[in-house]
Amino acid sequence: MKVAVTAKGTSLESEVDQRFGRAKCLIVVDTDTDEMDVHDNEVNLNAAQGAGIQTAQNLAGLGVFAVLTGHVGPNAFRTLSAAEIKAYTGLHGTVGEAIEEFKAGSLNPVDSADVEGHW
Amino acid sequence: MDRTIIAVASGKGGTGKTTVATNLARVASIQGLEVSYLDCDVEEPNGHIFLKPRIENSAPICVSVPVVDEGKCTACGKCKEICQYSAIALLGKTILTFPNLCHDCGGCMLVCPTGAITETGREVGVVEEGIADGVRFVHGKLRIGEAMSPPLIRAVRKRIPDSGLSIIDAPPGTSCPVIQSVRGADYVLLITEPTPFGLNDLKLAVEMLRVLKLPFGVVVNRADMGDEAVFNYCDSESIDVLLRIPDDRRIAEAYSRGQLATQALPEYNEVFESLLKGIVGVQL
Repeated sequence: MKVAVTAKGTSLESEVDQRFGRAKCLIVVDTDTDEMDVHDNEVNLNAAQGAGIQTAQNLAGLGVFAVLTGHVGPNAFRTLSAAEIKAYTGLHGTVGEAIEEFKAGSLNPVDSADVEGHW
Repeated sequence: MDRTIIAVASGKGGTGKTTVATNLARVASIQGLEVSYLDCDVEEPNGHIFLKPRIENSAPICVSVPVVDEGKCTACGKCKEICQYSAIALLGKTILTFPNLCHDCGGCMLVCPTGAITETGREVGVVEEGIADGVRFVHGKLRIGEAMSPPLIRAVRKRIPDSGLSIIDAPPGTSCPVIQSVRGADYVLLITEPTPFGLNDLKLAVEMLRVLKLPFGVVVNRADMGDEAVFNYCDSESIDVLLRIPDDRRIAEAYSRGQLATQALPEYNEVFESLLKGIVGVQL
């Protein structure tokens, strides 16, 4: 299955970006094949408003099952839910470590936003 | 007097916009002018503290936001594509609207091929009108938590009368709410203070007004503190410094009691009268 991680850079060694909507990059990893795609998120990083909504819509277009990130706000969470994408928050460290934690099955998806908008 | 609009603005907050705007309104009224004071600083209106108006009517102000009839929606995505503010999202066949992000442009309704989108009102605040000792008073009060102030500012500005002097108290800064407030003014007074912060934000405000092609002049508040940089800047840019208000502790004390400087300290009547004459000139 395809899982997205919000990242500050373009590799598995990059740090997990704590911001969902305004993450610098979205790294999509297929957990079955370990294939990896990097998607620049600069447009949303600089958006005046609605960054979380746009990022969530982009992830829906990429067909991911889940997203691993630091925090999600209410608009982002609502959009992810409508797209049936599970959100896992509170991740730290590198993108690679986040993927490993996810694969180990030790993470639980959130059932609401964990921060206010624009935190 | 023909309709004359003076907007009082500043790049930096807390420089004295309301002090200047309210005192100008009072001296204009004493001079026998038909004068209105309109507080467009709708996120934090405070002119009422000093002018103490008797509010005569209050009107809720709404913006139109989209409502999607899912029965008629074919999930074509045209509404989502035209929305520049991410107020509509489409996930598969699910359409989501985010009313608090909507700027009320109506684009989504226009492009919907099946007529699935209608509008409903969302209240962003209220406009209150009244009279304050001969000054016609209008202000907008933005709903707590609301981010969309320009529609409310537009509603305040709609109350500018066809004749007489209107003094607009603008919000600080140089963004959309400020532009909405100063647009169409006959003259803009930029209030600043002689500090590095005051200078930095004055430069931004000057750039904004030059783009808008509005005539303006500067009032330096607390003029005998800080340094000379603001004066040097105005000099080098050929910007008129219309008034220097001294750093007078008594003005601050009056302010802290909710009193107008010209009421508490009559010697300031002349100061604001000369400022007013300098702007509206022969019409006085």
